[in-house]
Amino acid sequence: MKTKSETPGAIPEAASKPAVKIFGVGGAGVALLDVLNAEEFSGAGFVAINTDAASLSASSATVKIHLETKLLRGLGTGGDPERGRALAEEQFSTLKSACDGANVVLLIAGLGGGAGSGISPVLARAAKETGALVLAFVTLPFVCEGNRRQQQAQQGLEQLKSVADGVICLPNQKTFKLIDENTSVLDTFRITGGLLVEGVRGVWRLLTRPGLIQIHFDDLCALVRDRHSENAFAFVEASGPARSREAVEKLLAHPLLDEGRALTDADAVLVSLMGGKDLTMADVSRVMEQIGRYCERAQIIMGAAVDAEMKGRLSVTLIAGRNAAKAEAPAHLPDSVASLETVPRSAARQTSPPSLSLKQREQMPARYSGRARRAGNKLLQTQLPLAIISKGRFDKSEPTIHKGEDLDIPTYVRRGVSLN
Amino acid sequence: MFDDSNIIVGLEIGTSKVCAVVGEQAADGALNIIGLGQGRSRGVRKGEIVDPKQAEEDVRNAIVEAESMAGAEISSVYLGVTGGHIRGFNNRGVHPVVSADREISDDDVQDVVKNAKAINLPAENNIVHAIRQHFFVDGQDGITNPVGMLGSRLEVDVHVVHGNTNRLQNPIRLVKGFQIQVNEIVFNGLAASLALLSNEQKELGALVVDIGGGTTDYVVYLDGVIKHTGVLAIGGDHVSNDLAYGLKVPLSRAEKLKLEHGSAIVDEAAQGRAVTFTNELGLPIKTISVGHLQRIMSLRLEEIFQFIAQDLEQAGLCDYLRAGVFLTGGCARVPHIAKLAEPVLQMPVSIGQTNSISGLKSALDQPEFAAAIGLVKFGSFKTRKRDGKSSLAQGIKGAISSLLRRS
Repeated sequence: MKTKSETPGAIPEAASKPAVKIFGVGGAGVALLDVLNAEEFSGAGFVAINTDAASLSASSATVKIHLETKLLRGLGTGGDPERGRALAEEQFSTLKSACDGANVVLLIAGLGGGAGSGISPVLARAAKETGALVLAFVTLPFVCEGNRRQQQAQQGLEQLKSVADGVICLPNQKTFKLIDENTSVLDTFRITGGLLVEGVRGVWRLLTRPGLIQIHFDDLCALVRDRHSENAFAFVEASGPARSREAVEKLLAHPLLDEGRALTDADAVLVSLMGGKDLTMADVSRVMEQIGRYCERAQIIMGAAVDAEMKGRLSVTLIAGRNAAKAEAPAHLPDSVASLETVPRSAARQTSPPSLSLKQREQMPARYSGRARRAGNKLLQTQLPLAIISKGRFDKSEPTIHKGEDLDIPTYVRRGVSLN
Repeated sequence: MFDDSNIIVGLEIGTSKVCAVVGEQAADGALNIIGLGQGRSRGVRKGEIVDPKQAEEDVRNAIVEAESMAGAEISSVYLGVTGGHIRGFNNRGVHPVVSADREISDDDVQDVVKNAKAINLPAENNIVHAIRQHFFVDGQDGITNPVGMLGSRLEVDVHVVHGNTNRLQNPIRLVKGFQIQVNEIVFNGLAASLALLSNEQKELGALVVDIGGGTTDYVVYLDGVIKHTGVLAIGGDHVSNDLAYGLKVPLSRAEKLKLEHGSAIVDEAAQGRAVTFTNELGLPIKTISVGHLQRIMSLRLEEIFQFIAQDLEQAGLCDYLRAGVFLTGGCARVPHIAKLAEPVLQMPVSIGQTNSISGLKSALDQPEFAAAIGLVKFGSFKTRKRDGKSSLAQGIKGAISSLLRRS
């Protein structure tokens, strides 16, 4: 592989395997790392990075990096990516040394909060600088987690995409199709985490198991690079005599592929099959033929590998790069600190810059509670007169409420744009 | 003798100004603006009357001015209404054609429109407009006039604009207090679109955005019919209020600053430029940054367009408006506003011109008057329709009733 020839010294004894380090960033990332750690990923280095000491101490990762300054007083970032980013910039050299020696860095994070969205782009950049290939697996928050988190997540994703070789993104909202109404919150997060872990596992196998038809990491990166945020991925397993048919059925029913729609929209598809020694050519051709029928226009990259442990079973990993994104110019951000803040204009419009002064941040809770509720609610809770922002000439008139926002308050205040 | 009967008056009681436009309809149907009266409005917030006393005085001034300019007495008006309570939606009515020969008659058309209007509104709401879109005969789409066609099932799409009855009644009562009849109430956004758009533009698909003092009204035309309407209770008042709050100056000063230094996008040149006020002795009392001023304005105006863009996207209309966007209302005067709106709405944006009507050039060129002029135009459509239908008997009846009305 190309990557190996670049950094020959860093390869451990197993010459066929690239050195992989898996990073979990933020609360969600660290938790998912633990799930991975418990499974078959021998030979990979695990690094947990967070700003929150409590989450780190519970983690079983071999290397733990606690980012903190006096500013945070041992607490987290308070959901502010700016803080996370500033912190990571400060400890850039630590991050860089953590990435040392790896050819491949897999980065796992939940975007939307402060640590995940803030630190991951910086970490990806640090890893790039050490010469590793970076592939990020991230989740986007549920819609119900609120606008602000969505915006932060989008912004983080945008930045991550510009530095990482590839980003595979799982919008949590999509997993709603997977779960039924009675699923507990805990289970829901376990399922969404599980999906991400499956993706990581698929890539891991791709990289580490000897392939009959080898997929190089470069192929993978070429596929996921510069695509839309929603590189759909799916991992299915089937066993028994009809395993090829079953696998295809499962793939097409996979919620993350939108019932096969993601395949039709895709312009590049990577398929990796893995089976036991009894994997037949008929199995391979049957699966590929079915997938090919769904994505006729797409460029298909295929790989197959044999693993003695997989006797009687067949697993298929599929990553589909979406078509629509091609028109969208890739956000190209150079590696300087300042430029990370300049998000392309299209993104900036959707994502209001969440840069509040500290004073405004203190006012925030009061302002939100000061919002008038929609009329018509029978149990109308009276509101305390906490509104710090006077409404001026609209003081006495009926408030203009649009999607829960009081539009009489100046836009720049609601969006937290600071003058000066 | 009855020359007053072809006088059509549009009255708009806006948030920042009251405006009465007098139009004269010639025998051939051509419309000419002959009078205009306007005055500051003080009793209105967000398009609705909050202080009837003040509003009454302002309306009286405007009407008197318009009367003296036009040299005619105003006996009835078409009244523009707006406000955040006004909503629009599309509804479909169905009617089976029962006549033996299956020919669709005028009655069938009236029935089907009536059915389409029979909708579940909240009890306190009233229909302002029910505008016909297209008819369907046995599922066949795009029929503008089905009378005389054969079919068994007649359907029609209507666009219904409705609002809170009490809040609609307020301005009507106020006008009636002057012994002036209200012919009809008209949604301001609809009126503005009538003043601005040519038939061709309506056919191509167009969005008209009237950003007034207290509200932003918008109307979408597609295939020649109204597809969507909306009101946002945000307008120029909000811009001034934001400035007053952000720059910490009194509202009147903010208003003045908005007019003098306002811009919809932040000028490079304005960055870092400062304006100093002086008191009556010539001593400086406050300095504000023009960059801040424009930033506050830009954010507010951009937000208005974002809301409209979101709404249109939800309605699935974004990709069909080939004639583009036409801005009007007082805020259309803000420099560079089209340039701000274009990337948000992702359509060509221009400032609307009221060119489909003749008369006082001074009135026609101003974006603020588009709605009032549109009201006159609306009135002219109505009278023309009535004239076309009137038989001799109705003509006599009309003449007598108008005689009675005048006395």
